[in-house]
This record gives sequence, structure tokens and C-alpha cells, in this order.
Amino acid sequence: MEQTPVTEYKIPERNFLNETKGIKSWLLTLDHKRIGILYLISVMSAFFAGGIFALLIRLELISPAKEFLTADGYNQVFTLHGAIMIFMFIIPSIPAAFGNFVMPLMIGAKDVAFPRLNLASWYIYLIGAGFALYAIFSGGIDTGWTFYTPYSTSTSTAVIPMTFGVFVMGFSSIFTGLNFVVTIHKLRAPGMTWFKMPLFVWGIYATALIQVLATPVLGITLALLIVERFAGIGIFDPAMGGDPVLFQHFFWFYSHPAVYIMILPGMAIISELIAAFSHRHIFGYKFIAFSSLGIAFTGFLVWGHHMFVAGQSDLAAVIFSFITFFVGIPSGIKIFNWITTMYKGSISLKAPMLWAIAFLLEFSIGGFTGVVLGTLSIDVHLHDTYFVVAHFHYVMVGGTVMALFGGLHYWWPKIWGRMYNETLAAIAAVLVFIGFNVTFFVQFIMGSQGMPRRYYTYLPQFEGMHGFSSIGSLIMAVGFFLIGGYLIYAIFKGKPSGPNPWKALTMEWETTSPPPTGNFDVTPQLRHGPYDYDKVVAKNVVPEYMHEH
Amino acid sequence: MSTSTSHPTHLAHHFADPQQQKDSAKLGTWVFLLTEVLLFGGLFCFYSIYRSWNPDMFYNAHKFLDVALGTTNTVVLIVSSLTMALAIRSMQLGNRKQTIWFLVATVLLAATFMLIKYFEYTHKIHLGQLPGKWYTFEGIAGSNPHIFFSAYFLMTGLHGIHVLGGIGLIIWLIIRTGKGEFSPEYYTPIEMTGLYWHLVDLIWIFLFALFYLIG
Repeated sequence: MEQTPVTEYKIPERNFLNETKGIKSWLLTLDHKRIGILYLISVMSAFFAGGIFALLIRLELISPAKEFLTADGYNQVFTLHGAIMIFMFIIPSIPAAFGNFVMPLMIGAKDVAFPRLNLASWYIYLIGAGFALYAIFSGGIDTGWTFYTPYSTSTSTAVIPMTFGVFVMGFSSIFTGLNFVVTIHKLRAPGMTWFKMPLFVWGIYATALIQVLATPVLGITLALLIVERFAGIGIFDPAMGGDPVLFQHFFWFYSHPAVYIMILPGMAIISELIAAFSHRHIFGYKFIAFSSLGIAFTGFLVWGHHMFVAGQSDLAAVIFSFITFFVGIPSGIKIFNWITTMYKGSISLKAPMLWAIAFLLEFSIGGFTGVVLGTLSIDVHLHDTYFVVAHFHYVMVGGTVMALFGGLHYWWPKIWGRMYNETLAAIAAVLVFIGFNVTFFVQFIMGSQGMPRRYYTYLPQFEGMHGFSSIGSLIMAVGFFLIGGYLIYAIFKGKPSGPNPWKALTMEWETTSPPPTGNFDVTPQLRHGPYDYDKVVAKNVVPEYMHEH
Repeated sequence: MSTSTSHPTHLAHHFADPQQQKDSAKLGTWVFLLTEVLLFGGLFCFYSIYRSWNPDMFYNAHKFLDVALGTTNTVVLIVSSLTMALAIRSMQLGNRKQTIWFLVATVLLAATFMLIKYFEYTHKIHLGQLPGKWYTFEGIAGSNPHIFFSAYFLMTGLHGIHVLGGIGLIIWLIIRTGKGEFSPEYYTPIEMTGLYWHLVDLIWIFLFALFYLIG
């Protein structure tokens, strides 16, 4: 192999971070990159808060006895963990933070289609989060994140402020989705045809479609729940002639597609990481692209699998179970294409790739157990047990969160122009991987043995496994704190990374790191496909005009 | 197409040309209207389920709605859709004054609609034909007649909020047209508000049929 000369990079003198200064220039910015960072800060704060609640759950469950929470307190803590992680962290996380920062760069656009709407969505998110915080401090909420009726219409906790907060955050999600749909349709650079778009953009596009098509239904569902609570309109409350199962239908009509709002962007990041660090043309580009749309579509037809034991008709349950299996097909297509891409590639195990491999292992387990749960007869046994908890966390944490951190490590040098400590990054990735599997794998076993979810206490036979699981959560926490430390350090003291530290071929690497306010100093020209590693010699990737020295 | 380097004032910096900007606005508006349909969709679903469960109660309850007022309001909104469309046409022809007149007419018609709605609402509130637990009226046979009025107030209420929003938007258009911000080359906000206004009109036509014309 040829010896690559060590290049000293400098941070470009003019970039989007220093173009304008002061807190006002951030709070009123219309630059999609800055809005992406604002979102990143917000969702990571939510991740921190939700993570603290997760730790409280695990610490309380170290033994069946009371540690430090009452049973009511425990109900509140798991509700807040769920509601914060779902609505304030994972739904906006990848689309709003990386979708905003990276997607316009990837398609060679100067900004998203509607920059003011983009900033407005962030403020709407903050307002919604404000109501949620108010709910936490005005009595909390103990319904679980699903807000099922009739309990949610009868509990005395702060259901209205919390659901109103989620209702408001829904608009933020809708506007982000709308903005991205239009941006991807109309603002692609000359030559950037649909099938030359990076797969990240395809994933974000499929996500945006779900955000637009599903979120309004959540909005009206929560609005109806609120009205039911203060006016007793008789839609969900049996005491007023309503039907509580109807709430579940309404809720899951959104919230099942919403699961794909959570996972599709994760898959989108993985496609980029696998190709970039295997240095190979992605295998089955069109299959991966269309499987995102396939998942988005199928996701609308399977909501009833959350309700197998809720009293829907047997025929409906059989049909929902059958359609649920179809979700496995596009997901499997993705996994196989990623693995085929890695086959005979020259894989470099940089930090982002470690996260991608963790994703492949953990998401596969999450996906397979999803098929298990989709099987009607088995689900009746496993319903509302820790098996479901473990499945969900294998997909959401083992999948989406791994992908999120992979993306964070992949684009960190693009965002700040500086590299983090790669040794620490590798250690942290391994810590989180171990911690995650220790925490959640035993939960499959506990669930299959009948440990019900959301319980404050448990039979003595589960004590060993619960304790093991709690230790895992602490290991994970150490890993995440380490990441927070070295990533923030890198912003200030990291070594300048240059425009393209990974020698990747998608368009965001063709501009400087950090990029200028207008994204590209020269109108970008599409010179090669996003994954033409076989055609492009890696060292020629960075165009001459980009070199700063 | 002209390839001049001049940059019209209405063209935002991140668009390559006015056509791209207009296409984006159009697509964005249509997607937004789609979300509106889904938002109302939940309520239409509510209506359909409870009507199919209580067909007699819905029939008995609907007799307390005033078909004459409902019909008047339907005509008022359809005419307002026409004046909105004419406002767009006037701007396409470059007639600023006429545009303003048509927009003013649209606002007045929308206000008429809300005024009639106000009389209908106060009459029902007076009789106690109210949603949910506030329902005190007696004289409608069938189970849970309050659900009919829950659906009625929620659906016409959400629609009314959209009419008020439309009035606000059109007043904003009148001000901008008065300032001379629109021209035959650039009138996208008028056109997009028009699309929104037609949807609001369309939803009312469904509400009218579903609530006033049962039977």
C-alpha cells in the first residue's frame, strides 16, 4: 500500500459556525445546519433525561423490595422514561438533527425548501416539550407512554398537559416531514437524479412520508383524548357511551407507523456507514431504497398486532398477524444487502463502523423477535411481558440509537471540522455494546418465563436476572457519559479533520468541514455516484479547490 | 426561459429560479392539505363509527339542526370559493384593485358564515344540546344523544377554526396586495391560500351532508 503523506488541515476561516456570532444569531438562524445543531442539543438533552429515568427504573428493580421509589413513583418514572424517549428523543432525533444537517448537503442544496418553517418546527418542539415538563412538575403522569383509556380518562395525574405537549410536538414532526418531502423533490442539485441520491436521503424521504401521513392522526387522537377528559364527549370513555378499544385503534394507527419513523432513519445511516467503511459499492442500491418505501407502506397496515388481546375480532387479529410478517421482508432485504456489501470489502473498523456492526447484530435479534411477537398464538402468551420490552429495546436502542451514535461519530468531524479521540470512541462503543446486551438479553428470558412489564415488584426467581440487567444499564451509562465527554472535548480541542476524513463519496464530504453558510463555495457538480468506490481512487476524492493549505 | 442573472426580490436565496420556488410552494401546500385531510379523517372516523352504532339516535338528533341555515352557509362558502378563484385570476391579469375587491368579498362571505354559525351555536347552547357531560337537553330518543352533539361541535368547531385561520390569511393577502407585493409574475401566496380555502369549503360540504341531511 502506498504511504499517504500526513496532511495538516486547518479549520476554514469562514464557516457556518463563525459567520455570525452571538446567541441571537443561533436562535433566529434559518441555516439548516444550525437548526440541525439546535435539534441535536435538544434531543440529546431529552436522551439524557430519559436515560436518567431508565436508570431509576433499573436501580429500583435491583431487588423486588422497595429501594427508593414507591409503587406510584415507579409508575410515573416508567411513563416519563417512555414518553420522553419516544416523543422528545427518538422521533425527532435522526430526522430533525441529521436530516436537517446532512440531507441538504447530500443532495447539493443550499438549504431546505422552507427555512422559516424549519426554524418554526424547532420552536414548536420546544413549546411541546415545555408542556411536557410542566406535566412532570405538576403531578407527573402514570398512564404509560401509550395513554390508554379508560385509565387515562380517570387518573388524577397530569394527562392533559402531557398529551397536549405531545400533540404540539406532533406539528413539529409534520412540518419537518413536509419540509423534507419538498426539499428532496424539488431542491436536488443538477444531475442528482432519484437513483443517484445517497441511501440516507431515501430513508429520510420514506420517514418524512410517514411523518406527514401518520402524525395528523396522532394529533386528532390526543386532541380527542383531551376533550374526552374535560368534556366527557363519549368517544373513548365507556361511562359516557364510548369505546376504549377505539382509542387503541386510533393510537396505533399512528404509533405503529411511528415505530418506522424511529427505525427507518437509523437504517438510512447504516447504509452510509456500511458502504463508506467497507469501501465498496453498496450492494442492491435500488432494493435498499425501495425497501424503505416498502416498510413505510406496510407499516400502515399492521397496527392491530398491538391489540391481539384487546378484544378485536379473531379474523382481524389473523389478518394483522399475517401482514405483520411482511414487514420482515424489506427489513431482511436491507440486512442481507448490507452484509453482502461488507463481503470482500476492505473494512476499516473506525468508530462509526463499530456502531454499524453493533446495529447489524442487535437489530437482527430485534427483528427476529418481532416476527416471534407477530405470530398471533405466541403473542397471546408473550403479550405485556419483558419479552416485548426486550424486543422493543433491541430495535430502538440496539437499532436506532446505535445508528444515531454511528451517525454522530461519522458526521461529527463534518459538523465541527474536528476529530474526536478514536481510541476512546472505540472503548465507548464496546462498553455500550456490552452494557446494552447485558441489560436487555436477559429480559427475553424473563419475559418468556412470564415476567410482566411495568410491574413494580416481581417473584424472587427473577431477582438474579433483574440484577444482571441493572448492572448492564450502569455499564451502558458509563459508555454514554464517556461519549459525551470526548465528543464535547473534540469540539474545542479536537484535531482539525479536513473535509473528508473517511474518504467517503457522498456529496456532503465535498465541501469544507465545517461547511460555509451556503453549503458549497461552488455549485456542486455530481461527478460520481454516492458509492462508486470501485471507480474513484480514494485519494482523488477531495477536489483541489477544497484544500485549505 | 430567461437566463438573466437578475434576482427578483421575491426569490429566496436558496432557490435557483422562481419556477423552482413556485413548484416547492405548491408541493408543500398540497402535502399540508393532505395532513389536514388526515386530521379531519380522525373525526370523520369518529362520526362514522358512532353513527353506525346508533343510527336512530343520529337520525333523531339531526332534526334539531336547521337545514335552512346550513344550506345558506353552504351557498355562502361556495360563493366565497368563487370569489377567491376570481381574486387569483385578477392578479394573473395584473389587476391589483380587482384582486383586493375579490379578496375583501371573500373575507365578508367567510365572516357571514361564522356569523350564521354563531347563531346556530348560541341556539344550541341555550337548549342544552351540548357535547358530552354538558348535554342537558331532553327529547331526543336513542342512546347517548350527547355523542351526536360531541361530533357536531368538534367537527364544525375545528372547521370553524380553519375558517377563522382563512380569514386571517386573506386579510394578510389584502395588505400585501395593497403594498404592491404581488404581480402576474409572483402571486404564489394568493394561489396557495386559495388551495387552502377550497379545502375548507370542501370539508364543509361533507359536514353539511353528514349532519344536516341524514335520512
